[in-house]
Amino acid sequence: MPVSPKQARTLKHRSWVAFLVVPPIVFMSLFVVYPILSAFAYAFYEWRGLARGEFVGLANFREVLFGPTMGPVVWNAFLHNVYALVALMVVQNGGGFFLAWLLYKEPFGFRFHRVAVFVPVVLSTIIVGFLWKLFLNPNFGIVNQALYSVGLDSLARPWLGDSSTALGALILANAWHFVGFPTLVYLAGMQRIPSEIIEAARLDGTSEWQLLKNVVWPLVAPSTTILFTLLFIGAFNWFEIPYVMVGLDGSPFGSTDVLGLVFYRTAFGNQSASVQNFGQGSALATLLFLFIVVFASMLTLWLRRREIQF
Amino acid sequence: MTTLTHEAAAKRPVSFAFLAQIVLIANSFVMLYPVVVMVFSAFKTTGEIFEHPFALPDFTQVQNFARVLGETSMPTYFLNSIVVTGASVVLILVLGTMAGYAVARYESRTNTVVLLFFLAGLMLPLKLAVIPLFILLRDLNLLDSRWSLIFTYTAIGLPSAVFIMAGFLRSLPSELEDAARIDGASEPRIMWSVMLPLARPPMAIAAIQNAVPIWNDFFFPLVFIQTDSAKTLPQGLTTFMGEYTTDWGMLFAGLTVAAAPITLLYIALSRQFIQGMTAGAVK
Repeated sequence: MPVSPKQARTLKHRSWVAFLVVPPIVFMSLFVVYPILSAFAYAFYEWRGLARGEFVGLANFREVLFGPTMGPVVWNAFLHNVYALVALMVVQNGGGFFLAWLLYKEPFGFRFHRVAVFVPVVLSTIIVGFLWKLFLNPNFGIVNQALYSVGLDSLARPWLGDSSTALGALILANAWHFVGFPTLVYLAGMQRIPSEIIEAARLDGTSEWQLLKNVVWPLVAPSTTILFTLLFIGAFNWFEIPYVMVGLDGSPFGSTDVLGLVFYRTAFGNQSASVQNFGQGSALATLLFLFIVVFASMLTLWLRRREIQF
Repeated sequence: MTTLTHEAAAKRPVSFAFLAQIVLIANSFVMLYPVVVMVFSAFKTTGEIFEHPFALPDFTQVQNFARVLGETSMPTYFLNSIVVTGASVVLILVLGTMAGYAVARYESRTNTVVLLFFLAGLMLPLKLAVIPLFILLRDLNLLDSRWSLIFTYTAIGLPSAVFIMAGFLRSLPSELEDAARIDGASEPRIMWSVMLPLARPPMAIAAIQNAVPIWNDFFFPLVFIQTDSAKTLPQGLTTFMGEYTTDWGMLFAGLTVAAAPITLLYIALSRQFIQGMTAGAVK
């Protein structure tokens, strides 16, 4: 069949575009789409080590949610994730908002403070975890040493070994690590507010708190949307800080257990006892996946609605 | 904006600005002091750390560092981190620019679908698909190799790179292409010689945005890598910390060595780092 020059040109053009898009799509399909779809499928099978066994329907899901051994562990961990989410929302994102407002006024030393608050963000979570684990050491850590040196001996305690303080310590270490991120995202959001709006509010004699609450907060809503959504995803994927600081078992007494640790233990086992269970691990991953996608989308949509255009 | 702040500052009581200063200084202290203690302790012996945790060290005592670099596998971990991060970022940039360019410069319905395909990957936590990834990499015989990490990180980073590149390339005027086309330049030539030289800033953003989390990642090496010689820095650090549990001088030296490159790089290029790492959120 003879090909006209025009057809030849289109063909050439098409193959060029295909050359551009096909490799990235193949790559994504192989290493993202296929694993995610398989994770759903794996959850419906029994697994013997690395080998897939029988189709067992919803048995893995039932065991993960309501089974006598897994159920209580999973729900306990879930509550800790919720707790971490709420606490980080206040300490990390809330703290970031107020720090951003202080930086927004570009006070003396503004550049220095802006660089300083972001230093921990670039550090690896593993470094942050080990660093705070050493600082929180009951005998020699600087946290207790500092308390002793100012005479607050009664406050010193084995922070990570005490089930009433361990989770809080992990949350604070996480907030120290990441507070710079919301700070700079909020700062960027505040700098995008037209200065006439803030000027007008100030001329009306609005108090600082009123300005913050009624003008700045609503106008940085787009920053809030993205920060809350990212924090939501991060809080339910929480793994590194607890793993490094208190270990795979969520010790002491499961008081720092989170879903990330439960998932890892279930799927890949741990040194002490348990075996790999890819079926239950996949069921847990699937549930967590659906939970994150559904709630993160709802959160985003809900937060988007309260954004104001200006 | 400067005049505004001045006027406003004049109207409000001085105490507010003063209070703000105190809070900011206290905050920067809390952010930096732990890092300073880490570096100071790396120059001390374990005994000195326990007895004088806050004292200024003698900076000529470098035996901790000498041991970390000479006796442990830290240099290997370092090299692996550099290779894995470098290769992943290059792959992300190449594949991300290809897809981003096609989507931005050749608009069609198929290409919109392609963009949506990549956007869908933006929010999905691939961490949860680690079991199938593990099995896939085992079947491809890549487990326990640096390739397992490079492919995984590329897959995680690709969506955001496509997003950043497409967003930027779309903003370039089409007159540039038209002029080159009239001159008889081929499509690949236009992309390579006309458009891509203009796209260096978004490439730098995409590179930093991906390089930092890849350099710092711990989860995937933990699952994929067993052999000591293939471990990256964060994973190697856990091995290292496990070996020297009681030698605190060594522990702090290891942490300092591991933290040094990215922290120094950040201090030198803080503007680019901040822009790169907050890029997706600020837009």
